[in-house]
Amino acid sequence: MQRLNNKQSCVPPKFDAINRMRTVKILGIKTENCAVKTLTFKDKLCAKAQPGQFVMVWVPGVDEIPISISGISSDGKTCITVHGVGDASNALNEKQKGDVIGIRGPFGNGFVTSKGNVLVVGGGTGIGPLMPLTEQLVKCAKKVTVMSGVKDKENLLFLERLNELCSCVKTKPVFTTEDGSYQTAGFVTDQAKKMLIKEKFDMIYTCGPEVMMYKMFVLSEKHDVPIQASLERMMRCAIGLCGSCQIGELRVCKDGPVLNSEQLRSIKSEFGKFRLDATGNKIKQP
Amino acid sequence: METSLATQIGDLKLANPTMLAAGILGYTGLSMKTVIDAGAGAVVTKTMGLEPRKGYLNPTVVQTDCGLLNAMGLPNPGIHHFKSEMGKLKKTKAPTIVSIYGFSANEYAQVARKAQTIGADAVELNVSCPHVEKAGAQIGSDPQLLSEIVEVVADNVTIPVIVKLTPNVTNITEIAKVSQNAGADAITAINTLKAMAIDTETGRPILANKFGGLSGPAIKPIALRCVYDIYNAVDIPVIGCGGISNWQDAVQFIQAGASALQIGTAVAFQGLDVFSKITKGVEKYLKSKGFSNIKELVGYAHQF
Repeated sequence: MQRLNNKQSCVPPKFDAINRMRTVKILGIKTENCAVKTLTFKDKLCAKAQPGQFVMVWVPGVDEIPISISGISSDGKTCITVHGVGDASNALNEKQKGDVIGIRGPFGNGFVTSKGNVLVVGGGTGIGPLMPLTEQLVKCAKKVTVMSGVKDKENLLFLERLNELCSCVKTKPVFTTEDGSYQTAGFVTDQAKKMLIKEKFDMIYTCGPEVMMYKMFVLSEKHDVPIQASLERMMRCAIGLCGSCQIGELRVCKDGPVLNSEQLRSIKSEFGKFRLDATGNKIKQP
Repeated sequence: METSLATQIGDLKLANPTMLAAGILGYTGLSMKTVIDAGAGAVVTKTMGLEPRKGYLNPTVVQTDCGLLNAMGLPNPGIHHFKSEMGKLKKTKAPTIVSIYGFSANEYAQVARKAQTIGADAVELNVSCPHVEKAGAQIGSDPQLLSEIVEVVADNVTIPVIVKLTPNVTNITEIAKVSQNAGADAITAINTLKAMAIDTETGRPILANKFGGLSGPAIKPIALRCVYDIYNAVDIPVIGCGGISNWQDAVQFIQAGASALQIGTAVAFQGLDVFSKITKGVEKYLKSKGFSNIKELVGYAHQF
C-alpha cells in the first residue's frame, strides 16, 4: 500500500500545468555584486526542479525571459540569479520585495550527476545553474573541483557559498579574474586546461558565455572527458514549438538547455559560432 | 492488402497526410528536417515576408485551458535570407511549403516568386494571422482583397497555391469559394481564433500584444465544422488544421473532408513523435474498416 502511494506521488505534473503562468511574490532579494541580484520566490512546481532547468520569468509590462534556477531549497523556495544586461533583466533587478512576477516552468532537462571525479567550470553569471548542481555533487561525487571565472573582483559571485560547499568535500574553489584583481589572473578555461592535464576527470560541467563553453568542449574532447554544457538562446515559447532556440537539429528549450558531448558534437558547426536573432536569421556569436 | 496513405494536394504528393503547420519551428532547414525525419508527410515553413521582422516581445505564448494562445507577430528573417535554409531540405523526400505574407498583393506576389525560385514545392498564403495588422486576417476577411491577392500570386507562380483561412469571419465557406475562384489550388482550414488572456493578480493582458490566436484542442470542434462546410462548398482539396492531437482527431478531419492534416500545438505536448503516431493510427483504422486507400475516407461523413 505504501509503495503504491509512493508511486502516485512520483507522477510528474502535467505539462500544461508546468507551462501555465503563475504570478508569485518576490520573497527576498540579495545583491550578489555590482550587476547581479538573486531573487527568491515560492512555487510548488519549481520546488521540484532539477539543477540545470530554467524558468520563463515575466516582468509585467516589460518582457518575459528565460533564467536558469540558481537555488532549490528544501523549504520550497526557488532562487534565480539575474545579471542586468537588457530591459527585462534590468527591470527585474529593480524589483522590490513583495513585487509580483510571472513564472512558467521549470523547463528543459537538467544536469545528470556523476559519482566520479568532477570538474565544474562557470563563466560569469553562468555559475548560477551550477550552484544547485554543486550542492548535489558534493553529496554524491567522489571528488568535486569548482572553478569560477569573472571579469574582475567586482563581478565575483557566490564566493562564500562556493567556499562553504567545497569545504564539505575538502577542496577549494578556484577563482579567476581577467584582470587579476582577485586570485588567479586570466581566463577560467586556461586554469581548467591545466587541471585537465594534471588530473583525470570523469565529467565536466560548464555554463557561461558560449565561446568559453566551446573552449571547454574542445578541451573535453582532447582529454576524452564527457561534458555537460548548459546553453543559452533567445526563447519565446520555451516548449519546443516556436523554433527560436534552434541549434542544428536541437531545440535548446526542449532537448537542452543541458547538452552532452554527443549532442554538442552534432551541433559543432553552430555551437560557439552562430545563433538565431529575433527574426530567425542566423548570426555570428557576439 | 496494402493500405495507401499517400495523399495529394493539387500536384503535391505526400507519402502520408500529416504536415507540420506554419509557424511551428520552421526557421531553419535542419529544424524542418527533424520534423520530416520524425515522419511528417510535408512541412510548412515559418511565414516569410519581404523584409526581416522581429515579431513581438514576450510573452508571446500563454497556456490556457485546452489550448495555447500565441502572438508571435510573424517573426521571420525575410524570404531573401531563407535560400540557404531551403537548400538543406533539397534531399528530403517530403515537400516543403513556404508560408508567405505581405502587406499588399504586390508583396505577396514578390515573396511567392522568390519562394518558388529558392525551391518551394508550394506556397501557403497566410491571410489569417489574427495578430498582425494589415496583413493576415484582415486580408482573409475581405473577399475582394483576398481575391486580388490569390489571383496575383497564382499568376506569378507555377507551383500550387494554398490559401490558409481564418475562422474569424461570418461565413468561411464564402471566403473558401472566393479563394477557389481566384485560382487557389487548395484551402487550409483553419488558422487560430482571435483570443486573449488576462492575469488575475495584475489585471494585465498577458500577451505583450494583448491579443493573439488560440490553438490546440479547444478549437478542434470549430476547425472540424469549418472543414466539413468548406468540403461541401469547393472542389479543391482541403487541408485540416486546428487542435489535431491524435489519430482519432485525424480520422475525423478526413471524414469531414480533409485530404491532409496540419499539426502544430500537439508538437509541444507530444513531441515530434506525434506525426508518426497519427500516421500509424490512421493506417490501423483504415485497415480495420477495410479501406485500401485513404482517399476513400475523405468526406465520408457527408453521406449521412
